[in-house]
Amino acid sequence: MFLLYEYDIFWAFLIISSVIPILAFLISGVLAPISKGPEKLSSYESGIEPMGDAWLQFRIRYYMFALVFVVFDVETVFLYPWAMSFDVLGISVFIEAFIFVLILIVGLIYAWRKRALEWS
Amino acid sequence: MIMDTTEIQDINSFYTVESLKGVYGIIWVLVPILTLILGITIGVLVIVWLEREISAGLQQRIGPEYAGPLGVLQALADGTKLLFKENLLPSRGDIRLFSIGPSIAVISILLSYSVIPFDYRLVLADLNIGVFLWIAVSSIAPIGLLMSGYSSNNKYSFLGGLRAAAQSISYEIPLTLCVLSISLRVSNSLSTVDIVEAQSKYGFWGWNLWCQPIGFIVFLISSLAECERLPFDLPEAEEELVAGYQTEYSGIKFGLFYVASYLNLLVSSLFVTVLYLGGWNISIPYIFVSELFEINKARWVFGTTIGIFITLAKTYLFLFIPITTRWTLPRLRIDQLLNLGWKFLLPISLGNLLLTTSFQLFSL
Repeated sequence: MFLLYEYDIFWAFLIISSVIPILAFLISGVLAPISKGPEKLSSYESGIEPMGDAWLQFRIRYYMFALVFVVFDVETVFLYPWAMSFDVLGISVFIEAFIFVLILIVGLIYAWRKRALEWS
Repeated sequence: MIMDTTEIQDINSFYTVESLKGVYGIIWVLVPILTLILGITIGVLVIVWLEREISAGLQQRIGPEYAGPLGVLQALADGTKLLFKENLLPSRGDIRLFSIGPSIAVISILLSYSVIPFDYRLVLADLNIGVFLWIAVSSIAPIGLLMSGYSSNNKYSFLGGLRAAAQSISYEIPLTLCVLSISLRVSNSLSTVDIVEAQSKYGFWGWNLWCQPIGFIVFLISSLAECERLPFDLPEAEEELVAGYQTEYSGIKFGLFYVASYLNLLVSSLFVTVLYLGGWNISIPYIFVSELFEINKARWVFGTTIGIFITLAKTYLFLFIPITTRWTLPRLRIDQLLNLGWKFLLPISLGNLLLTTSFQLFSL
């Protein structure tokens, strides 16, 4: 990690940009007023008393979208090195990558037909 | 950077004093970062002002006019006001996640600024993975949104956070594939400097926009969705979920979300400029600026200033499009939004990628 010197400035930038929200919270901690009251501690529900628990039943469709996202994200991660060495590799590698993408397209069509990508 | 011998001697003499070597290293790292952060702050001020003026013009009213001349310091006034507001914490929410959520959103977007080139040597980190850093780091932002939604102890915030995360991840992949198509076809490199350099040959007609028109449209739609701008701002849908995952936020934490939204818009527009609109190149052909100056050093300073000016001009002229779109198109419903991402943009961007590789193959 520290052997790649071109990333030094990236780490420094990361540290400095982490300081920015901390600085904002500190300044706000000094300047902002604090006044306690029972109404302030309740959750906002368009002006009425909150009904029920704050936790909802987790809908499975969020998980389905995340799952399909993970599959395609890993696919793009595999496609990046192929794309960068595309000019030195021949047409045979293009065919192989095409087959790889084709398999994932079949996966997308499967998910589509099985209604994994439906919101309702 | 063209330096003459006296400068090299000065720097060498600075370098030989052992105790100052560490200071020199630290200055060499800190000054560009602080300059960039200052530039980003001013850029966000300008973008907020621009958005409010354009929105006001579209809605036939006067925009900000009291904070600073012509209302330019409006964002600064808003930020200062938010600093003075009380920091409400939800009573049974997770306080640590509540604070970390907006911080992650801001930090991950700020980090993407390190790979944007404002001129040939004016890039904070000329990494050879350039654009991929933006894509990788901006994928961390949905984690911040999920944290904010969950820790607010509020049903509506939780729903808003989940929807915002679902929207962000759905539009990541078309974005990634568009960037991949560009780096495959045009520059054969992910470094942003190389991508801009590859667009410098034919002036206006060398822009990647003409090379990848489908990719540009997909990138435009995906980056609007990533920034959660209308027509994709369902997470923040004012009538439906109050303010989505930002409901329970007040004070400077809300200010951080506000800033993160505009930072995201600015970095997306800068990337559109770098990837599709030719970056820092003067795109009007046959302008020979370098003949005006004889001295090497003055030419470098002048050329760099022109480069920065051109990048910013292209970015801010491009920004008219997202800002006008905000008040032109109606909001998409969540199922329409996800259908657009998965069933329309993803196949199109895959097709774009395969088309691009076929062209590349047959032109070799």
